[in-house]
Amino acid sequence: MSKGNTVFIGKNKSFRERNRRSNGYLLKRTTGRIAISVIRGLLMFGLCFMIIQPLITRFSVSLMAAEDIYDSTIRLLPRHVTLDNYRIVAELTSMPTSMINTAWISFVMSICQVVSTTLVAYGFARYEFPLKKFWFACVVMLIIIPPQTIQTALFMSFTHFDIFGIFKATTGSDINLRSSLIPYTVMCLTCMGLKDGLYIYMLRQYFKSVPVSLEEAAYVDGCGTMHTFVKIMLPDAVPTIASCFLFSFVWQWTDLFYTRNFISGYKIYSRELSNITSIMSKYFARNSTENVTVPLGRQMQLIGIGVFICCVPLIILYAFTQKTFVQSLTMTGSKE
Amino acid sequence: MSKDRKHNHWYEGITEAVQMYIPGNRMYRTIQARRARTGTLFILPLIIGFLAFMVRPLFLSLQMSMSKVAVVEGTMSPFNITMNLFGQNIVVPFGNYNYAFVSDPDFSKMLVSEIGRMAINTIATLVMSFVIAVILNQNFKGRTLCRVIFFLPVILSSGVLPGIESQNAYFNLMTSISDAVGESSGVNLSQALQNLLSVSGVAKDVFDVIFQMIDAIYDIIMASGIQIIVFLTGLQSISPSLYEAADVEGCSAWESFWKITFPMVSPLLLVNCIYTIIDFFMKNDNQVMEHINSVMYGTQMDFGAASAESWIYFGVALLFIGISTFIITRAVKSYE
Repeated sequence: MSKGNTVFIGKNKSFRERNRRSNGYLLKRTTGRIAISVIRGLLMFGLCFMIIQPLITRFSVSLMAAEDIYDSTIRLLPRHVTLDNYRIVAELTSMPTSMINTAWISFVMSICQVVSTTLVAYGFARYEFPLKKFWFACVVMLIIIPPQTIQTALFMSFTHFDIFGIFKATTGSDINLRSSLIPYTVMCLTCMGLKDGLYIYMLRQYFKSVPVSLEEAAYVDGCGTMHTFVKIMLPDAVPTIASCFLFSFVWQWTDLFYTRNFISGYKIYSRELSNITSIMSKYFARNSTENVTVPLGRQMQLIGIGVFICCVPLIILYAFTQKTFVQSLTMTGSKE
Repeated sequence: MSKDRKHNHWYEGITEAVQMYIPGNRMYRTIQARRARTGTLFILPLIIGFLAFMVRPLFLSLQMSMSKVAVVEGTMSPFNITMNLFGQNIVVPFGNYNYAFVSDPDFSKMLVSEIGRMAINTIATLVMSFVIAVILNQNFKGRTLCRVIFFLPVILSSGVLPGIESQNAYFNLMTSISDAVGESSGVNLSQALQNLLSVSGVAKDVFDVIFQMIDAIYDIIMASGIQIIVFLTGLQSISPSLYEAADVEGCSAWESFWKITFPMVSPLLLVNCIYTIIDFFMKNDNQVMEHINSVMYGTQMDFGAASAESWIYFGVALLFIGISTFIITRAVKSYE
């Protein structure tokens, strides 16, 4: 686009002149292009704003003192800035303990899930074995069956745990495993955790896209099965595995279903958050003798803060890893 | 591999499997058998998990849905009802199903309303995510930022977060109050437009559906994070030379959209459709899900009824997935 480039006829002529020469085509095209980009810009801005706006509102409301909420002249910017609300919410959700528990339990569970799903996905992508189609149909079933269907049954069998009546015969009673981490860890290790079917599908799709000749070369050079898998296949699969890990970490962090059913012995943030309303009235009634009803606006403010606290670590994590999130999905190419 | 053997009956796979896994068999030493065993070892976690935590609970839950369950003792007793069929009294083990449809005041009502909401939401999500993916695939300033923001809902609408505010019983009261306040204090544009159009009496039902969609646009955007990524993946896998060729032949952008982009991406429609339906069925803010949970953990602690209701729910979900798969595969095939 330099000035010396005068090969194009009428490069330095006015827009009107060039438009005349093209019989009005230039004007039409330019107008169309500008109109499209303006509409696109507006649409994108509106939709992005819609996604971000609740977060901003929650943040600004979270800083408001109790009297600001009912002041109708205040919409977005708080007049009495206070961090007191955060302290209250932290106490309501038994904060340091529940956050630490959530963090390490999500981490351990995601690791378990990723390890087991990677192995299974590799098996599906590379090996021929009897009933392969049937087992893959089972993976699809895993994606489709809502865990709610089996929740009652799992709940019962973990509350009254017994293997073929062995425990009942020896100790006289069955064991309640619901408060321990064992059942859920075992479930994650056997691909029955949260959305594991999806991860198997994603990873299998990736492993299928790697050329077989790589492994064949390794076999020829005398690598064993496990050696080939660990040394040849895993290093290249790291981005996809990382994205699966991030997905499972994020979903585990906010999950209520499995936490409520199987890990009732630990204080988990999502469960504390779902109970926040019932604890709230007790908390505010602590100092007075009679029953206190917490005003609605105040309730909503505190719940909003709870949600905000839950989101913030994930958003920070996402900000650092968004490339891994989006890119590896693009690489996997979830096309069948 | 073992591809050269054709199976005439489904059970031949099983006999082959048995033969392969028996040590000392003639097939024991072939490379296929060895690879089959390795492959089976790789997917062993899935096999164990599926049998222990899916098949068994499914049966148990089916059994539960036909019995009266006492949680504390962990026992079940058959819960039959007598039905008058063809003039004869027949005992059928469908007591809980009968309860779900006939005695439970809310369940069938909720089920119908959720199905309607789901049908509309699925279509809207598919259209919306496709449009956004097409826009995000174009070149414009701030595209990366837009992608990052549009993927945020995957985090923000997962697990406990979306339902937490509506689960609060007070919330509904509160929104109704704020609606009343909003009507008196300011002009609600979409409401005014809706009133205007519905007064004019042109196709009122159609407008109702459209306005329902516009009101739900936030929910739709929040539910379409993954779908956008999947479509984007598909769009990026289309080779640019196709568009170039079409351009040379004199195709307009509109034509090449319908002749190239749409057919190339349409296989992903099925993946996205199934994902959307499942996602909707498992969401926390789903009325039916809440109801099942309240039947299960609430004052009734009626596990039998809860599992009957979740089976009905699962059946409906499966039916929907089946129907949409049928329609979409038909529609997509016509392109190929």
